[in-house]
Amino acid sequence: MTTLPDRTERKLGLVIDLDTCVGCHACVVSCKGWNTQNYGAPLSDQDPYGADPSGTFLNRVHSYEVQPEAGAAQLVHFPKSCLHCDNAPCVTVCPTGASYKRREDGIVLVNEDACIGCGLCAWACPYGAREMDMAAKVMKKCTLCVDRIYNENLPEVDRVPACVRTCPSNARHFGDLSDPDSDVSQLVAARGGMDLMPEQGTAPVNKYLPPRPKDRLDQTGEIDVLAPFLAPVTDQPKGFLGWLDKALDRL
Amino acid sequence: MHPAPSIIAFTTLSGLGFGLMFWLGIGMPGSTGLVAFVFFAIAYALAGGGLIASAFHLGHPERGLLAFTQWRSSWLSREAICAVVTLAVMAAYAIGRVFLAADWVPLGWLGAVLAVGTVFTTSMIYTQMKTVPRWRSLLTPALFLSLSLGGGALLAGQVSWALILLPLAGMLQLAWWWQGDRAFAASGTTMASATGLGGIGSVRAFEPPHTGPNYLLREMVHVVGRKHAIKLRMIALLLGYVLPVALLVLPFAHVFGLLAVISHIAGILASRWLFFAEAEHVVGLYYGKR
Repeated sequence: MTTLPDRTERKLGLVIDLDTCVGCHACVVSCKGWNTQNYGAPLSDQDPYGADPSGTFLNRVHSYEVQPEAGAAQLVHFPKSCLHCDNAPCVTVCPTGASYKRREDGIVLVNEDACIGCGLCAWACPYGAREMDMAAKVMKKCTLCVDRIYNENLPEVDRVPACVRTCPSNARHFGDLSDPDSDVSQLVAARGGMDLMPEQGTAPVNKYLPPRPKDRLDQTGEIDVLAPFLAPVTDQPKGFLGWLDKALDRL
Repeated sequence: MHPAPSIIAFTTLSGLGFGLMFWLGIGMPGSTGLVAFVFFAIAYALAGGGLIASAFHLGHPERGLLAFTQWRSSWLSREAICAVVTLAVMAAYAIGRVFLAADWVPLGWLGAVLAVGTVFTTSMIYTQMKTVPRWRSLLTPALFLSLSLGGGALLAGQVSWALILLPLAGMLQLAWWWQGDRAFAASGTTMASATGLGGIGSVRAFEPPHTGPNYLLREMVHVVGRKHAIKLRMIALLLGYVLPVALLVLPFAHVFGLLAVISHIAGILASRWLFFAEAEHVVGLYYGKR
């Protein structure tokens, strides 16, 4: 049924740290790698080595330049995948029941055998989290690696989404956001985790941690402890250069 | 949004077809026999043809029957059910009118209500989209319904009704454009809210996640079609509303009626093309586009 569950027992999701993400796209690659070989239809590419390549991805990393009122501009790398919203508009618009939100853990999934490829769910998602696969003609989206997180054939350390497991800068965290004592919930509380497009009313489960205040690039005098040692020790040349300098000044 | 020809054809033609069915269902005109057959054939060609055109939009039309299951939550599912039930009810009613010279009034009215309901459900598929502020207005169903009933009256030869409904639809069209041009700004969704970075400073898209196009950009961030928007609006207004009304005011002749219908369809196709091409999806903000 594509009506949403009245509540979910857990809210599994991601916390993405915009402060530590270095924009390496490793999460994009590991996501594509895992999800093209596991749950559902492969993530196809069209014309991958040609002049006009495109393909299906469940996770993409944008980069933004943010210019404060005063001071240096900042570059923020911004990974974006399904936010597994509590009030997921993509689920309720589905005419076939292919889209659903799981009561037990809140993960939003697509039953690809029931998907007619109408694309309406992608229209309903404000985040661009759903992409139609051009080869399989069904809707693809982040599964929160549902085939990893409960997979007892994997070592316990690997039972997290592929993007989280691979992130070299620890910018991605996975856990239960309905439990206030979970690591991810504490991280959200400590760092002021935020929703994307809160005005859309989607109540996303995934949270984003805003970048911390940046280095004081415009206040170098106050923090540069080495500056006294690096200051020029002489500003008047001596010897032959001193004579040349004076001679040229006199000309 | 990408103006897919199949969806434009579907919403325009089936809107007209179901509008014609409404008038046939309430017995205006109440013709029987061969004349009724021609009327119903036109209505079915438009409504059914539109439905078939929409199926071409699907990735897996062979699973289409599943689309009748989710009426509790999905406007698309409600539309599918409404459309098929309308076609079935009106088919039974048409048998009476065409072959038995019988007017089963309650059945006709039921079909008429269902036909209007189908157009309403179609319009709600777009109206429900919070992600496309231009569509999310009560004016959207009002425009779809007035167009369907007005165009239907035109096809059904109900000149006096067409002369009321088509100008009304034209006025709603203008109002829809007027409010639509302001809807995105009024929605409150900006790059600042999309990225959550607005508190630091002004946000600019620095680098997209991919070097080529992708499904999102092709489907949701279609900007090419907006180039001639003003010209197309004039064409839509003239052909869709002004010219048909002018032709109806002239002394009645079948050729004028036919020209009015052709002009109306051409104008509404232009309007419906803009309906998609000008619709800005909020996901474009992540790409620094509208």
